[in-house]
Amino acid sequence: MPAEINFHVTRYNPECDQAPYVKTYRVPVREGMTVLDGLHYIKDNLDSSLAWRYSCRMGVCGSCGMLLNGRATLACNTQILHIATTDLTVGPLPNFDIIRDLVPDLLTMFEKHVAVKPYIVRADEAELDDPAGEFYQSPEELGAYLQFTYCIKCGCCMAACPTLATDARYSGPMPLAAAQRYNADTRDDGRRARNQLTGSSHGAFRCHYAGECSRVCPKGVDPAKAIQYLKRQLVLDYLHLARRKKPCAKMHGPGQGKPLANITPAPAKTV
Amino acid sequence: MAEIKRHDNRLGLWGWLGGGRWGIERYAYILHRLTGLGILLYFLMHVVVTSLRARGIYLWVEGGVFHQPMFKFGEFLVFAAFAYHALNGVRLVLVELGLAVGKPIEPVYPYKTSLGVQRPLLIAMMILAAILLAAGGYNFLSLAK
Repeated sequence: MPAEINFHVTRYNPECDQAPYVKTYRVPVREGMTVLDGLHYIKDNLDSSLAWRYSCRMGVCGSCGMLLNGRATLACNTQILHIATTDLTVGPLPNFDIIRDLVPDLLTMFEKHVAVKPYIVRADEAELDDPAGEFYQSPEELGAYLQFTYCIKCGCCMAACPTLATDARYSGPMPLAAAQRYNADTRDDGRRARNQLTGSSHGAFRCHYAGECSRVCPKGVDPAKAIQYLKRQLVLDYLHLARRKKPCAKMHGPGQGKPLANITPAPAKTV
Repeated sequence: MAEIKRHDNRLGLWGWLGGGRWGIERYAYILHRLTGLGILLYFLMHVVVTSLRARGIYLWVEGGVFHQPMFKFGEFLVFAAFAYHALNGVRLVLVELGLAVGKPIEPVYPYKTSLGVQRPLLIAMMILAAILLAAGGYNFLSLAK
């Protein structure tokens, strides 16, 4: 096992650099050490000016997406010795502007995300704002979109997408997968409103299934699959072949439901 | 608030062609685009060459420019591009209609993706493309003799 790995880190300070450059640091590694640990070692011991974004350190928050040896992934759940033997290149996520060093500007992604209305859209808005009941949804109906809810908005899929590399206006895998997540939700009635964007010339049909988004996704969301479902629905809607379904109805108000006979009642309140 | 200077890190065409740890679908994507552009270029050349007939220039007659070996090989490349583009296009139509990507699953590590579900279709199409290329290559060679 090598005692040290060369970290080739992209550096860029907007106040003094014209363009990014690569600086090499020698980092002692041990088994189980993540790339994020390595960056912390550099900051603590070698170069305190290095900047990157991170928060949870456990693959949940999606802050530390980076390009590691040419692959977009999370620094916190990538072990150094799993991807490097002597050298490791660490760069910011491509297809995003660089703010500083390894910090990408994710604003463009979030703007595209907001544009697809990533929330339940219903005619009865009052019910959404001030809920007075529960919507019925079967486990099978939940299964139609559950996979796409695990997205942590890390931006790895956007960085890996070759279409996004040449078309800045393309919505990209994350927002389109979010659109499918809500389109497939039986509580939602906003699919036709979303079709305006997802069916546009920079929408779902710009995807040609390179599959990189699904390959790099650290949470197994499979955005490429979601986009193909989105396309099928767009085609059916365009041809007027889609069944017109009403969003699922409200069942009953809080506390008004009838408990099933085989469920033990909740213990009495103690406070 | 002062505007923060940023560096544009969009990959551009390098995003199609640049190095990376990619899967087979990414290479299929690149080849699909390149063959598409190649067929488009051929179509434009075809329009120009046939329109030259109006000026009395016949480039394709016996002994003409287009009977040179280089152009014969070029014709084979056009055929190869067409065979690949058509068969991969059939795969993409099936995939894009959601017919070959499977159903949504619970993401449990190690994650499985739709790429594995449609992989047999990709392999089948590439085998068909290889058979077409071999048959086409034999035909071109026998015509060249």
